[in-house]
Amino acid sequence: MDFSYLQKYYGFFLNGTMITLLISFFGVIFGVLLGVVFALMKLSKNIILKSFSAAYIEIIRGTPIMVQMFIVYYGLPRLIRMDFEDLTLGIIAVSLNSAAYVAEIIRAGILSIDKGQMEAARSLGMSHKLAMTNIIIPQAFKNILPALGNEFITLIKESAIVSIIGIHDLMYNTDTVRGNTFRPFSPLVVAAAIYFTITFSLSKLLGIMERRLRAGDSSI
Amino acid sequence: MIQVFDLYKDFGKLRVLNGIELKIEPGEVVVIIGPSGSGKSTFLRCLNFLEEPTAGEVIFEGVSFKNSKNDVNRLREKMGMVFQQFNLFPHMTVLENITLAPRKVKNLSKKETEDIAFTLLKRVGLEDKAYTYPNQLSGGQKQRIAIARALAMSPDVMLFDEPTSALDPEMVGEVLDVMKKLVSDGMTMVVVTHEMGFAKEVGDRILFMDEGKIVEEGSPKEVFSNPKHPRTKDFLGKVLI
Ligand SMILES: Nc1ncnc2c1ncn2[C@@H]1O[C@H](COP(=O)(O)OP(=O)(O)OP(=O)(O)O)[C@@H](O)[C@H]1O
Ligand SMILES: [Mg+2]
Repeated sequence: MDFSYLQKYYGFFLNGTMITLLISFFGVIFGVLLGVVFALMKLSKNIILKSFSAAYIEIIRGTPIMVQMFIVYYGLPRLIRMDFEDLTLGIIAVSLNSAAYVAEIIRAGILSIDKGQMEAARSLGMSHKLAMTNIIIPQAFKNILPALGNEFITLIKESAIVSIIGIHDLMYNTDTVRGNTFRPFSPLVVAAAIYFTITFSLSKLLGIMERRLRAGDSSI
Repeated sequence: MIQVFDLYKDFGKLRVLNGIELKIEPGEVVVIIGPSGSGKSTFLRCLNFLEEPTAGEVIFEGVSFKNSKNDVNRLREKMGMVFQQFNLFPHMTVLENITLAPRKVKNLSKKETEDIAFTLLKRVGLEDKAYTYPNQLSGGQKQRIAIARALAMSPDVMLFDEPTSALDPEMVGEVLDVMKKLVSDGMTMVVVTHEMGFAKEVGDRILFMDEGKIVEEGSPKEVFSNPKHPRTKDFLGKVLI
């Protein structure tokens, strides 16, 4: 296979990778923030909050991310009558998607904490909110860090979907190179290699972090 | 100090507490004994509303509590609780375990709460453990820290739910010693325990519970040497061998 076109086009791959990382990074950050909110809503006793969150999670998990992407891309600017950068819309769509998955991870993490922890906190006079923020959520986060890392890796791959709304991420730029060089195949190999390098190193890094965390584990 | 009127608790169809009446005076040490499943833990947990009673009323220091919608956080500040499973916060050091609630609930300063914590650590004999994590402590040490943590809120009453049941036998003594010290300091205590020796030694009053009711109550002497109710006799016959 001839990769000589890379000399001229490597910039496309580089910039595309940056955008992909950027979208995944913000996707996971906002995904976690929103995910916490949805998880707490789903765990709450308030039936309205609970059903809203449950419905949201089911709908996101039950529809293709491609459909969600288009709905955000065409729907959101109309709905709130505001113009957005395409990149912003891409990040919003990815975050909204990720939030549903993260919410389930966080909910499971919170439920995995022994109920004696909440009782001990409450028996000391702490409010439910204080107990959640000081006792339950910090412990839950430690438990779910590996799962969150996996979500980040998934996002890096899934974020390729933003290319359909014209964001110049790695996938989109790969297509551009394919067109410009009249090589339908070889740029895809390059893209795959880049995706794999990122996800593989991340997963190794997470493995190391996980082992560290477990070594310093202070569970009962 | 604590008055309980006609307390009922159902779990679904199961009636666990079946009309409990009780009055506890300041400084009194009340020991609750009874067979497994008789509702001892549930009763204790209804006193601080970790369980919501199905019916009945708890009056604590003159304030009536009928359900957890009343200001139970204030009640719990004054009612410390020690659990069988310790329930220390594993992600915090011993010092943080003890100072967290006074800092967050009473808004005391870091300095104040640490002074309180070190005084208490001295009292339970574990000053050198302030900066260790719970997983590095033995069961007996964990329970002594749990007691210190509850005391840090300066409660007026301490509730103990089988504080020594999860411990290896050689560690039971150190925890009971801490509790005896509390008794001699005049703390009002409600203790669920299977340690009959302890009950005899420090209990002002023994309650025998069975099937959600207080079947018999009296001084240790009355209950242990001369039980009246057949269920009490039966139970003591089994545990006092
Ligand atoms: N959250 C709950 N949901 C349903 N049933 C419960 C719950 N908590 C306790 N029970 C039931 O209530 C009954 C009394 O339980 P409780 O823990 O108060 O007994 P206990 O006297 O403390 O027993 P033990 O000596 O074994 O600790 C038991 O039959 C138990 O299964
Ligand atoms: Mg019990």
